[in-house]
Amino acid sequence: MARAVSTKTKIGWTVVVWAVALVIFFPILYTIITSFKTEQEAIQGFSLIPSGTVENYVTVQTQRDYFKPFMNSVIISVGSTLLGVIIAVPAAWAMAFSPTRRTKDILMWMLSTKMMPAAAVLVPIYLIFLRAGLLDSRIGVTIMLMLVNLPIIVWMLYTYFREIPGEILEASRMDGASLWNELVYVLTPMAIPGIASTLLLNIILAWNEAFWTIQLTTTNAAPLTAFIATFSSPQGLFWAKLSAASTLAIAPILIMGWFSQKQLVRGLTFGAVK
Amino acid sequence: MATENTKTLARAMMAPSVIMLLVWMIVPLAMTLWFSFQNYNLLTPGNNSFAGFFNYQYFYTDPAFFQSIWNTLLLVVGVLLITVIGGIGLALLLDQPIYGQGVARILVISPFFVMPPVAALIWKNMIMHPGYGVFADIARFFGVQPVDWFAQAPLFSIIVIVAWQWLPFATLILLTALQSLDGEQKEAAEMDGAGFISRFWYLTLPHLARAITVVVLIQTIFLLGIYAEILVTTNGGPGFASTNLPFLIYKTARLSFDAGGAAAGGVIAVVLANIVAFFLMRAVGKNLDR
Repeated sequence: MARAVSTKTKIGWTVVVWAVALVIFFPILYTIITSFKTEQEAIQGFSLIPSGTVENYVTVQTQRDYFKPFMNSVIISVGSTLLGVIIAVPAAWAMAFSPTRRTKDILMWMLSTKMMPAAAVLVPIYLIFLRAGLLDSRIGVTIMLMLVNLPIIVWMLYTYFREIPGEILEASRMDGASLWNELVYVLTPMAIPGIASTLLLNIILAWNEAFWTIQLTTTNAAPLTAFIATFSSPQGLFWAKLSAASTLAIAPILIMGWFSQKQLVRGLTFGAVK
Repeated sequence: MATENTKTLARAMMAPSVIMLLVWMIVPLAMTLWFSFQNYNLLTPGNNSFAGFFNYQYFYTDPAFFQSIWNTLLLVVGVLLITVIGGIGLALLLDQPIYGQGVARILVISPFFVMPPVAALIWKNMIMHPGYGVFADIARFFGVQPVDWFAQAPLFSIIVIVAWQWLPFATLILLTALQSLDGEQKEAAEMDGAGFISRFWYLTLPHLARAITVVVLIQTIFLLGIYAEILVTTNGGPGFASTNLPFLIYKTARLSFDAGGAAAGGVIAVVLANIVAFFLMRAVGKNLDR
C-alpha cells in the first residue's frame, strides 16, 4: 500500500492504536509491576511505581520451591513436543509426498480427534493412569500432551512439507543421489524451518495446557499450570508473591510467542490462513 | 513395482501416528460409554453393577445439568461475539500506518501466551477484586460502589477473562487476512467514491469471511473445554452459576467420586461437541472449498 499519509493522520492513529494496545496489555504489565512491590504496597490502591523489591522472587523460590514446577514445565512441554514431532514427521512426510485419495480424509479425521472434549474421557484416562501408576509422573503427562497435540503437529508439518517442491527430489534422484544422500543433503535443509516452527508453537501450547496437567499431577510432576492453580486459595497477603510467580511462569513463553506470530497463524489455522 | 513399494513405505510411515490417534480416540471413548451404564463409585471399586440408564436419568434430572449446558453455550457464544467483533476492530486499527506498529502488535497478541491459571488469577485478584482490584479503584475514584464481579456476575466475569485470552488470536488471524487484501482494489473503491462503511461492508468483510470462519471453528474447539479459568476463580459457583459441562464432569468424577455419572456426562459432552462440529464443519467446508 503506497498511499501517502499525512504525518498528522499517522500521529493520530498512533495515539489511538497505542492506547488500545496498552489497555489490552495492561493486566500483564500490572502483574510485572506488582511483582516488584511489597505485599503492603500491592493492596494500597492503584500505583504504577513499585518500590523495586525482589523479595517476592526470593520468597517464591525459598518457600514454594518454584524451580521444581518450572523444570517440570520445561521437561513436559519440550519432551511431549519432541516425541510428537518424531512420530509425526514420517506421517506428514508420506502424506505430503505420496498422497493418495484418502490422505485428505485421514487429515480431517486427525483434526476431528481434537474436537473430542477432554473432560469426556477424564474418567477412563484417570483410571488408566491410576492402575498403571502413572498419576503424578512426568512420563504420564508427557505422553498425554503428546497425544493431545499430535494432530496439530502432523497438520503443521504437512502444510510445511507440501511446499517443498517434489521436482527437486526427482532431480537429485536423476543425478544419482542415494536415498540417504537425498535425505541428508536435499530434504533435511528444506524441512528444518518447518520443523522448527512446529516445535516452537507446540512447546507453547504444551506449556499452557491446563486441563490434563492439573488433573493428572499433584506435587511431584506438577508443572507451572498446576503450581499456579494452587494460588487460588489465598493465605494471608499474597498479591505480590502471586505476581512474581506469574511473571516467571509466563515470561519465557511470552518471549517465544513474540517470535512465533507467523507460525501461530499458520499452525493453528491448519494452513487455511497464511 | 516401484510405486507399490512407495505405497507400502508411505503406509508404514503413517502407521505410528494413525494407530496412536486411533487408540487414543477409541479406547477412552469405549470405556466412557461402558462406565456410563455402570454403578461405579471410585471410593468402592469392585462394587460395580449394571445401572442401565440410571446415570443418564440422574444427570438429566439434575438441575445443574441444564444450567451447565446453557453456561457452556453462553460461554462459547459470548466469547466468540466479543473476540470476532473486537478482533475485526483491532485488526483494522493495527492495519493503519502508525509509529511502532511492531511493538503495538506484540502488546496486543501477548495475552494469548499467558497460561489459563495465570490469566484467571491476574484478573481475579488484580483487576476484578472488589477490594483491591483496579476496577474497584476506578469505581471508588468516581465515587461508585465497587462491584463484586465473581459473586454478582460470575459467568460474565469468566467470559471477560477468556475473551481477553482469545482476542489476540482472532486479531492476529484477521490481521493476516486483512493484509492479503489487494491494495489496488481498495484504492479503486476509494476512487469510485466508496465511503469507509461501504468499503468495509462490500470489500473488507467478504474478504475476511474465510478467516472469520476459521477463527470461529478453532476457538469453538477450545472454548467447549474451558476448565482452569473456572477452577481458580469461581470454582463453578455461586451454586452452579458458572459451571460448564467440563467442570460439572470434573466435579462429579473427582469430588463426588461418581465415575458412572461422570461418564454419562462425558457421553453427553461428546454428543454436544459432535452437534457443534457437524454444523461448523459444514459451514467451514463451504467456506474453505472456495
